[in-house]
Amino acid sequence: MAELFIFFEQIYKILFLLIPVLVSVAMIVWLDRRVWAFVQKRRGPNVVGPFGLFQTLADALKYIFKEIIIPASSNKVIFILAPIVTMTLALIAWAVIPFSETFVLADINVGILYLFAVSSLGVYGIIMGGWASNSKYPFLGAIRSAAQMVSYEVSIGVIIINVLLCVGSLNLSDIVLAQKDLWFVIPLFPMFIIFFISALAETNRPPFDLPEAEAELVAGYQTEYSGMMYAMFWLGEYANILLMCAMGSILFLGGWLSPIDLFPFNVIPAPIWLILKILFLFILFALIKAIVPRYRYDQLMKLGWKIFLPFSLIYVVLTASFLMYFDLLPGN
Amino acid sequence: MSLIRFFKTIFMIDFLTGLIMAIKEIFKPKKTINYPFEKGSISPRARGEHALRRYPNGEERCIACKLCEAVCPAQAITIESSEREDGSRKTTRYDIDMLKCIYCGLCEQSCPVDAIVQGPNFEFATETREELYYNKEKLLENGDRWENILAANINADSSHR
Repeated sequence: MAELFIFFEQIYKILFLLIPVLVSVAMIVWLDRRVWAFVQKRRGPNVVGPFGLFQTLADALKYIFKEIIIPASSNKVIFILAPIVTMTLALIAWAVIPFSETFVLADINVGILYLFAVSSLGVYGIIMGGWASNSKYPFLGAIRSAAQMVSYEVSIGVIIINVLLCVGSLNLSDIVLAQKDLWFVIPLFPMFIIFFISALAETNRPPFDLPEAEAELVAGYQTEYSGMMYAMFWLGEYANILLMCAMGSILFLGGWLSPIDLFPFNVIPAPIWLILKILFLFILFALIKAIVPRYRYDQLMKLGWKIFLPFSLIYVVLTASFLMYFDLLPGN
Repeated sequence: MSLIRFFKTIFMIDFLTGLIMAIKEIFKPKKTINYPFEKGSISPRARGEHALRRYPNGEERCIACKLCEAVCPAQAITIESSEREDGSRKTTRYDIDMLKCIYCGLCEQSCPVDAIVQGPNFEFATETREELYYNKEKLLENGDRWENILAANINADSSHR
């Protein structure tokens, strides 16, 4: 009986996390389209619900009722599995995100490694989708996506090492608490910029949306998908973007901490601060989508391997030497 | 690469300029209209849905000369005519296939009595193809409904005809 109780308690906790995440994914799609429209002096979705907030729900409803077409020459099992993998991986990563000192689903000691591992696995959904479609455009899109995500994960990994040097722990709550006096965005500002650009590449956002470059590849790995399966790819993609924003705010912007520990700021509950920081980063994502042209593929690879990777490696050396010289290493 | 260019790249000056400009654009007035609730202005020459007009006394203008049928490049118009009891020639059938029509406005131009005209209405989408095969009743009904606007439009454009 006790085991059953724990089981239901965990289910309840998971639902308490996942339902808000899914709802905010829907809202974030609306925000993305709205910001994009506003920069181009359009109005964006504004009809369904107040300010068009329910547009995404209406779209999702439409996708549910659409027919799922499975190409005859596709590998059916993998074809169906691919969007499920993408969606699941995008959602399970949220388990370790700390919303406040106490509110975290799984406070594991290697939280950042878990996050990094799960976001790296995200590429499998795309490769599976592109391969199983057995068609030219999805295949090319999947190849591009795989190469791109792997390249930029390398630089993200090195950037994370920078943060970890300053913290001395892989636990996400410890990473946030280490920023109590100074957010890492100030000493590690170049790393924050590189992390942000790598996050754009990692989530296939413009200007690095080559895997689904519509002018060249129709819709990349999503070309053969329709109905709910397409919607799952789409939701997974936005959940991933949100996750990257959360990762950026935890690593560099002090997670749930308020900017200054003074009266009007420290009474606002901790999760609100994290949500505000995620929103700030996401609006930057959306603005960048509106203003930049798409990169050429060789430029993308050059940026990842020849600029970001050496630069972040040099910065690791700099950070380590600085901490060593001034005796600031955590744990001392 | 010159030194200035190098520093511009490193500090992403061009990118930041663009970002600031984008943020400024957000607060400027919108260029688009709220379409279904708010509509743009339409020229008196707009070539939308067809209508057959009547004289103020209720008599049909159309004299079944079939110039519109002859000039129609898409051959969308079909006319059959016969003599009425009072001796005037009138149409017994006036069909326009709105799916064939290319909205070129030649029928309107060719009409000697301003009977067939194209009004400002462009929102006549239907759920079936059959509803877009317009017959004489439908066209006359359109004419009755839009008469005020049609007359005003013809008047506004009369100096250019």
